[in-house]
Amino acid sequence: MNGTPLPRIGIWVRESALYRSIVRHGAADTNRNRSLVIFENLFLHMHPVKVREKTLKFTHTYWLGAITISALVVLIATGILLMFYYHPSVPQAYRDMKELKFVVDNGVFYRNLHRWAAHLMVLGALLHMVRVFYHRAYRPPRQFNWVIGVVLLLVTLLLSYTGYLLPWDQLAFWGVSVGTNMAKEAPILGPPIRFLLLGGNIVSENALLRFYVLHCVLLPVALLGFLGVHIWRVRKDGGVQGPPGPASDDEVEP
Amino acid sequence: MSSPMPPLDLIESNDPVAMPKRVALVRPDARATLRRVEERWVMTFPNLILREVIVFQIVVIALSLAALLFNAPLEGIANPLETPNPSKAPWYFLGLQELLHYFPPVVAGVVFPGLVVVALVVIPFAKINLSARPLWSGDKKQTRLWGGGAIVVLAVFFAAFNCWPIVIPTLLVGGAMFSIGGGGQGGRLRQFLVRVTMPEWIMTWFILVATILTLIGTFFRGPGWSLVWPWNMYPPA
Repeated sequence: MNGTPLPRIGIWVRESALYRSIVRHGAADTNRNRSLVIFENLFLHMHPVKVREKTLKFTHTYWLGAITISALVVLIATGILLMFYYHPSVPQAYRDMKELKFVVDNGVFYRNLHRWAAHLMVLGALLHMVRVFYHRAYRPPRQFNWVIGVVLLLVTLLLSYTGYLLPWDQLAFWGVSVGTNMAKEAPILGPPIRFLLLGGNIVSENALLRFYVLHCVLLPVALLGFLGVHIWRVRKDGGVQGPPGPASDDEVEP
Repeated sequence: MSSPMPPLDLIESNDPVAMPKRVALVRPDARATLRRVEERWVMTFPNLILREVIVFQIVVIALSLAALLFNAPLEGIANPLETPNPSKAPWYFLGLQELLHYFPPVVAGVVFPGLVVVALVVIPFAKINLSARPLWSGDKKQTRLWGGGAIVVLAVFFAAFNCWPIVIPTLLVGGAMFSIGGGGQGGRLRQFLVRVTMPEWIMTWFILVATILTLIGTFFRGPGWSLVWPWNMYPPA
């Protein structure tokens, strides 16, 4: 059947006791096994086993959610690599940027990737929201998933914003100063929130440490939590919704 | 096969009181045809999963090319004593920073963003958003009164603060809205605009305003937040 050595190795691996103890189903050559691929996998089972064929069309979603999540995966991967070289202290944080540039192998590349992926994620989330709005995909039963989406957008903006300070260059310092000065203007709660966020009255070493913890621990955990609910609810609410069809009678007010 | 229907007793009469005749008009769009066609379903694996992997690969390749070609910005070390002019927030906040130029900080930095978040959250819970009724399908006089009133109030409010980057898109969207007030006769654009609902008009207005403010803040604001051309942003030291 399979004369070449590579497929034979593949079959041998797939039929071995070890492989079968990890992945219980065989090759995905029957619809039963294709179903098992989805619901025997913790991560893939966020998807339904079957999807409507029309939802795979490009113009159905423009894949904007998938693009945003892809950017997030790139951000997590490069972010962890960058953490190995980063000290959230003054002036070492800025020196680490120079280290990344001149000493660390591919340091500039990973920093660039992280930066551009961050822009892509913010842009992708915004466009995804616009797409969902014009396709009226926020309507029942998807109301609450829209709200979770708004929360995800805010967390994404906060992640991008807290990361903006970490290089500790002029751009970072003054960009964050402008933003936190706006927060100060909120009545009653503004100044205490700003103090809590910065760990003082100005953007200082304390602020750098707090933004670092927010950026690397608190906000990513929050994001992944809400993201899990967001994707799971897409399945629970009947799959992704694309452009609305012609309005049916119950939708049009007389 | 089910048993044949019993014959109806037909009363033949020409007396309209004893036997009123009714005429039913069946519009082509209201015929008792099947509206929903049977949907085709496919297995998630491999149909969806492989497409997701391809999207991911395209994103990674595109980002890698960008990372190879363009370096992330890095300026001198942070110095609290030396304020760059202009000092700008990240691009997604530059729309708000642009608003700071026209409004007191509490309005630009707290009230407006707060209103935007509240407006976004309530979208799926507001009845007006759940109906797919085009703006001009109802009472035209009412629509003209309330729509026109809202546009005038918004335009006057923002004009009072000299905020022309909002006044102009407001009038543009208002103009587009009223250009189709008469009805749906005409070209393709007109046919399209006639079906736009009120929430879609509002969202389009909001996106237009946010985009214009962000573009001005990003590319056309120089020292002292003065209007400059993008190539004159930072004057030679």
